[in-house]
Amino acid sequence: MSTAIASPTKMARAWEKIRKGWYNFSRNPLSVVGAIIIVAVVFLAVFAPFISPYPEHSGNYVNFDEASQAPSAAHWCGTDVFGRDILSRIFFGFRLSLIMGIVVISLTAPVGVTLGLLAGYMKNTWVEAVIMRITDIFVAVPPLVLALSICSILKPNIFNAMMAVSLMWWPWYTRMVFGIASSIKNEFFVQAAEVTGASKAHIIFREILPNCFGPILTKISLDMGWVILLGSALSFVGLGAQPPTPDLGTMVSDGAKYMPDQWWIAVFPAFAIMLVVFGFNIVGDGIRDMMQVEEV
Amino acid sequence: MKFVQFILKRLLHSILVLFGLSVLIFVIARVIPGDPARMALGPRTPEEVVEKFREDLHLNDPIHIQYYHWIKGALQGDFGYSILTKRSVSTDIKEFFPATLELMLLTGIIMSVGGILLGIASARHANKWVDNTVRVLSYFGVCTPAYVFAILFLLIFGYLLNILPTIGRLSPWLDHPPVVTGLITVDSLLAGNFEAFWDGFKHLIMPSVALALGPMAQEARITRSSMADNLQRDFIALERSQAIPERRIMSRFLLRISIIPTVSVLGLDFASQLGWAFLVELIFNWPGLSRYGIQVMLNKDLNGITAVIMVIGLMFLVVNIIVDIIVSGLDPRIRLGAERSQ
Amino acid sequence: MGKRLLEIKNLQVNFDVYGGSLKVLNGVHLTMEEGEKVGLVGETGCGKTTTAKSVLKILPMPPGKVMGGEILFRDADILKMNDNEMRQIHAHEISMIFQDPTAALNPVFTIGQQLMEAIKYSSDNSLSRKEIKEQAVGALRDVSLPDPERILENYPIQLSGGMRQRICIAMALATRSTLLIADEPTTSLDVTIQDQVLRLLGALVREKDTSTILITHSLGVVREWTERVYVMYAGSMVETAGTEELFKNPLHPYTQGLMAAVPKLTGKGIASGIEGRIPDYLDPPPGCRFHPRCPRAFDTCKKEKPPYFDADAGHQVACFLYKD
Repeated sequence: MSTAIASPTKMARAWEKIRKGWYNFSRNPLSVVGAIIIVAVVFLAVFAPFISPYPEHSGNYVNFDEASQAPSAAHWCGTDVFGRDILSRIFFGFRLSLIMGIVVISLTAPVGVTLGLLAGYMKNTWVEAVIMRITDIFVAVPPLVLALSICSILKPNIFNAMMAVSLMWWPWYTRMVFGIASSIKNEFFVQAAEVTGASKAHIIFREILPNCFGPILTKISLDMGWVILLGSALSFVGLGAQPPTPDLGTMVSDGAKYMPDQWWIAVFPAFAIMLVVFGFNIVGDGIRDMMQVEEV
Repeated sequence: MKFVQFILKRLLHSILVLFGLSVLIFVIARVIPGDPARMALGPRTPEEVVEKFREDLHLNDPIHIQYYHWIKGALQGDFGYSILTKRSVSTDIKEFFPATLELMLLTGIIMSVGGILLGIASARHANKWVDNTVRVLSYFGVCTPAYVFAILFLLIFGYLLNILPTIGRLSPWLDHPPVVTGLITVDSLLAGNFEAFWDGFKHLIMPSVALALGPMAQEARITRSSMADNLQRDFIALERSQAIPERRIMSRFLLRISIIPTVSVLGLDFASQLGWAFLVELIFNWPGLSRYGIQVMLNKDLNGITAVIMVIGLMFLVVNIIVDIIVSGLDPRIRLGAERSQ
Repeated sequence: MGKRLLEIKNLQVNFDVYGGSLKVLNGVHLTMEEGEKVGLVGETGCGKTTTAKSVLKILPMPPGKVMGGEILFRDADILKMNDNEMRQIHAHEISMIFQDPTAALNPVFTIGQQLMEAIKYSSDNSLSRKEIKEQAVGALRDVSLPDPERILENYPIQLSGGMRQRICIAMALATRSTLLIADEPTTSLDVTIQDQVLRLLGALVREKDTSTILITHSLGVVREWTERVYVMYAGSMVETAGTEELFKNPLHPYTQGLMAAVPKLTGKGIASGIEGRIPDYLDPPPGCRFHPRCPRAFDTCKKEKPPYFDADAGHQVACFLYKD
């Protein structure tokens, strides 16, 4: 019964939606700029070993003759105290940031969304109470503080940082989806599905979930930026990636010691962080605008 | 009456949440492998001493017994012993909390008042330079972590221009004013010591602005768009048709309804800045609770970590309640609900 | 009746939106004399509210823009007035009732705060607080609201839709106004209350001898309430006549279409008798804006905008069919 909707028309409609969506998205030139930034960063990250001028500097490379050189033609962003090319390390740093974002979101979004749908649909049952009280606990403290604490208890490395952030990030999805789900659960189309005997799973995933796509997608895009920021904060304090792994946050933290004289060691990685986050934020805004226009 | 009930319900709920939080942190902390006692006392201390230490701290007991001891102490204000500072955590908190309070107070003021004023200015001069500057700043503010601002400020104002101090709360050659509130600026004013006040303020300004800049720009944009939105509404048109002077419409009728979304967001923004404060205090070597928090975290001082989280949670709670009260005060729709409408 | 009170001449108003400009008002003409009760009929989206707000100069001017025309109130052009002169107009001469009372009242202030503010400034700041409060209570009594003192302390959210609209009427009539523009005052109310409110409005207007423009999309209301009617379509007036004359002898194809439909138009939706929809204001059809839907359109209609042609006394039609 649930597969009664014909597939071909669904495909065609989906494609049409995508085209229309892109049109709406690209009406704001800023959104397109953001999209370009993200594509560029992804490209740089994926092809870092081939594109960066000094790929070997991403590892355990030391050359004190080249150390602490100001930006020049040979090193566009200068070198750090070990003689490593900062631009190359930034490219590799993008890898870590993107990986962190992808991993955290892949873990937290499905879990958080599912819990939110459950809680929203089963409002006023013990299911909702339990789920929402647990999320309440997690959101009672600023996200960064919780991430720092969990991370500090574990051994400091990038994997644990990702786990720590994932552990405390899922409740935000749950809360958002709960809001939407609990307000639509009384709409007619949901009741209609109930009356015709659809299973709970069907209702949750086929009826309610599609209505959440817009906000979820927006949140995912904005979250990429957030997670990267959080990750950089963790690394800044030393709880994330460990040397010599190139991580943007660690680079800023290391470079901060050498301010103001060798300013480039901290400033360029900082700009890199800002650029990536900026790109994801703008795209997130664009997605949100695009979804709103859809509704109108 | 309904309103007071609402507040009480919130309070109760929040207290329960704080308890839940303490359980969560406790469980996570104790579950991790490692030997806190050994770590505290160092590798050369004889085993019997370490074992006695473990007994004293109830580290050998099952976890719910440990929690029971902790909670008993916590309710009396005793958060245990800090292996980092080698004294009671409560003492540490009492010492460091005022500094963070002062920092966050100024940050909060800049964020809210500054944000709203900037937002009004942007709305009044829409699409002119004020508005455009705020818009650009808001884009940067959202994507720039506060610690980057902090480093930049340090660089520019601290080192290059050398007009602001870079470390601590007060220049070393000055004495702290007699402690009344723990806030250096306030205490100096109360004691009539303007030199200390100004010095304290100079120390305070960079970390505060670094923390406040991002959210301030965001609040400005929210205020601006809220005002722009409301300007199109019929009630503004009606007020204009009633010969009410434009200035009065702007400053009274438009303002109150337009800042509601801004204030609602303030709570969340403040919370996230409480988080970033950890790094900013570190950068400026600000002797506050957050810097202490980082230190206990890096040193795996479990009592310290738990206590810091509880205090931060409490701060967040208080701020949220205050924000809720203000929003309800501004917006009768919230405090009266849909009682007898339509 | 009296001398000419209001004369709108060829008013053109645009709205700037993302894709271009909406040419909302395309040359609006309207005259009325003192003491008249004029009706303005048209479907949703034809520009009635824009016209009303333009007369009061409360149209949000960043997206809105007056492209041409005059609005003469007692021979003075409102469009050219400065702020002081406009304030006089607002305080003593023209007031307006909005379509949706919920949107027209500021949700975060009490009724008292809003009503007394209006009274204060409409009387040029000359009254004391006590006098203002007395006037406010009196105004609420005039619209048959029980327990006015308590209502002054209430917020809009605590009141029903009918009460809110009565309050808006009270605000409009609290101080002496020469001209009242009532924009669909009963559209957002329950059917059972509509009649009550209209009757109330009629009584008040009679009592205070206020000239009125009643904007509505309901022919039934127009027939009962007004002496003369303007029919509006897509940004300009297509026909005007005395009310009886218009119902007896509708000339413009659009008016005929309206009449031919169910006598009482409710909600959106135009008569089932007229095909098509209102034009796209971004790119409106040239010439007569009704020609795409007009069963009797011919070539000239597509090229030129029809001016007013006189039919009988006081009966004018903007349609080339009646070019004498």
